[in-house]
Amino acid sequence: MTDKVHMVEVAEGVKAIPEANILITSVDFLANWGRAGSLWPLSFGLACCAIEMMVAGAAHNDLDRFGIIFRGAPRQSDLMIIAGTLTKKMAAVARRVYDQMPEPRYVVAMGSCACTGGIFNTYSTVQGVEKIMPVDVYIPGCPPRPEALLDGMMMLQDKVKTESCKWGGWR
Amino acid sequence: MGRLEIDMGPKEAAEALKSSFASEVREIAEFKGGQVSVTVAKAKIREMMRFLHDAPELQFQFLSEIGGVDYMGKKEPRYEVIYVVFSMPHKAYLTVKAQVPEDDLAIDSVMDIWVGADWRERECFDMFGIKFNDHPDLRRILMPDDWEGFPLRKDYPLQADLGDREWKGYLDVVALYERNKKYEVHSR
Amino acid sequence: MIIEKELTTKYLTVSMGPQHPATHGVLRLVLELDGETVVKCTPDIGYLHRGLEKLAENKTWPAAMTLTSRLDYCSAVANESGYCLAVEKLLGVEVPERAKFIRTMTCEMVRIASHIIWLSAHAIDIGAMTVFLYAMRDRELILDLFEMLCGARLLHIYPRIGGVRCDVDQKFLDGLWDFTEKFPKLIEEYETLIDQNRIWLQRTKGIGIVSAEEAINMGLTGPVLRGSGVPYDIRKIAPYDAYDKVEFEVPLGKNCDVYDRYRCRMEEFRQSNKIIRQCIEKLPDGLALNPDAPGLDMMPGPLKKAAPAPAPAADGTPASKVEDGPAFTEIYSATEVPKGELGYYFVSDGTGKPYRMKVRTPSFIHISALQRLCVGVLVADVIALIGTVDIVLGECDR
Repeated sequence: MTDKVHMVEVAEGVKAIPEANILITSVDFLANWGRAGSLWPLSFGLACCAIEMMVAGAAHNDLDRFGIIFRGAPRQSDLMIIAGTLTKKMAAVARRVYDQMPEPRYVVAMGSCACTGGIFNTYSTVQGVEKIMPVDVYIPGCPPRPEALLDGMMMLQDKVKTESCKWGGWR
Repeated sequence: MGRLEIDMGPKEAAEALKSSFASEVREIAEFKGGQVSVTVAKAKIREMMRFLHDAPELQFQFLSEIGGVDYMGKKEPRYEVIYVVFSMPHKAYLTVKAQVPEDDLAIDSVMDIWVGADWRERECFDMFGIKFNDHPDLRRILMPDDWEGFPLRKDYPLQADLGDREWKGYLDVVALYERNKKYEVHSR
Repeated sequence: MIIEKELTTKYLTVSMGPQHPATHGVLRLVLELDGETVVKCTPDIGYLHRGLEKLAENKTWPAAMTLTSRLDYCSAVANESGYCLAVEKLLGVEVPERAKFIRTMTCEMVRIASHIIWLSAHAIDIGAMTVFLYAMRDRELILDLFEMLCGARLLHIYPRIGGVRCDVDQKFLDGLWDFTEKFPKLIEEYETLIDQNRIWLQRTKGIGIVSAEEAINMGLTGPVLRGSGVPYDIRKIAPYDAYDKVEFEVPLGKNCDVYDRYRCRMEEFRQSNKIIRQCIEKLPDGLALNPDAPGLDMMPGPLKKAAPAPAPAADGTPASKVEDGPAFTEIYSATEVPKGELGYYFVSDGTGKPYRMKVRTPSFIHISALQRLCVGVLVADVIALIGTVDIVLGECDR
């Protein structure tokens, strides 16, 4: 057999053999595509930013078209959007909920209070969520517009798509 | 309950309080907007509140607020507990300010008159350390239960980098984060 | 011989929250359950305590207003208006007529927006998800108008001491008028969805009955109190801004249950619509901000000294020891925000910063009422009760 197999590049990292209906890609690409397309956040709205998060999930700015469905339990979610001011009394609760999320898990700090403490530089607030858990995307604003939250989600999707070997036993 | 004949404004109510409890009332002041405040000693606060609540010509049945003020260094006695009451028939507000000295930081609770005074007295205790006698459940409400210090006092800092003297509950969370950093799957 | 042993059961203690989809924020309810019935309910708050009152003591009067938006974040303009009103009374600043009408208009707009959030959250907790989507779609119309007016959607910081930040233009008024034309039909849409729905009626009728005397004794205000038939509305009792120049009714309930409070708030939608239309029609010309009012560049000043201590009273009791201390002035001023009565108690010492700012928030009292309301009901009714008292934790914990 000396004929070359007819392969077409359909997307970056994906090749196809149209006549045989075969797609050739890497496991990394497949896993990342699946994870980025269905990020399920845990609803962890604390303060004012939670209202904008609710609006982002409602009819006008629909989060459902990104595959984002809000879950109530940490065991079933893979993203935690911390929207609002984190106080020291709530810090233990936030860390516990984060520990209950199965990996791979991501954290998005939404709003100035979650990023750095915001205007509340007082005795009872944690100056930024990064003091108690690792953060992937920071969305500043007081409160950030729903479009800003959508931008942050897309940034996170881009980050997820660049991961490699974060599946199976090779982690 | 007879028809209310006198149109009782806040000034008349304050005078009525003074005439019944002359020894306790220190001062009646009128401030902006037609409001009247009565400064009293704290000893008979429960009787005074009950008089305001029950007296048929006064009927201050709605308790708007209980709060504390700290006048450290600026005025003696150091603390004041203010009660803002409202009378529905007369549509009048009255502010009663009970002076609480620093060395006797306790005052009677008015929970038997108003059930809604419960949490507001707990908040006063939490923020200033003022104890309310006969309160059934006086513990911290806004700060964690084992917090040290009373935040709204004037000698408590707004923000201080306490390091190791921070509240233990928060230090535990930070220590947990440090310990578990090496097990994180993703490098952030 | 049969010996019968008595089987005893223990109550199950369940902690509902602070992370929970139905608690409207970071509220923790510790419920003791006997099967499905609640025996004891202990709310645990403080998870959003940000030290707002202490923070305000370090800022000047105009700067501290920015903190008040974060109290009840669903209705920011109403909180700020109340703050400006209190400070204006304290400092003796006049407000132009036009500014009063604009403030009334924006307060009623934000009342509609806040009640929409209440309706969406209440309905989605009970299970009616469509109401959430329909109502939030209409809330976007109000938020677009606010953005046209002052640039912000949620935390507006629009009123100023002595008026409002910027004047309204004709484009905004036209947009607002169009909204008030459309809105009554939209209210009917929401009512078609749930008003006569069998499940809604079963979940809300006869639940959470509070008699008028109990409600007054507990300190409830707003639609929660008016659902029990008490006509306590500060806009009627002690009118402020332009509320004495517009006509509106205050809806009252009869049966004191969750369904009546729901009907009260639905009627308040219509009344707010009416007030906005009257404000647009009656809007006078003039300034929108008093030029002599303290602006954002206000610097803190020196302490105001008191007059010498007054002479002791006739019967020998000494006057309060003021001596050389500063002169303190105080005020308590209350306004009707969507959730109830919002009161500010200020103590001022003349330096241009509040010496003490105490905020009387309705949600603080309403959550304490849950302690008594939730006894003897099913767990599912607890969710309906949290929705009916309409709490916002930013306001409760400050």
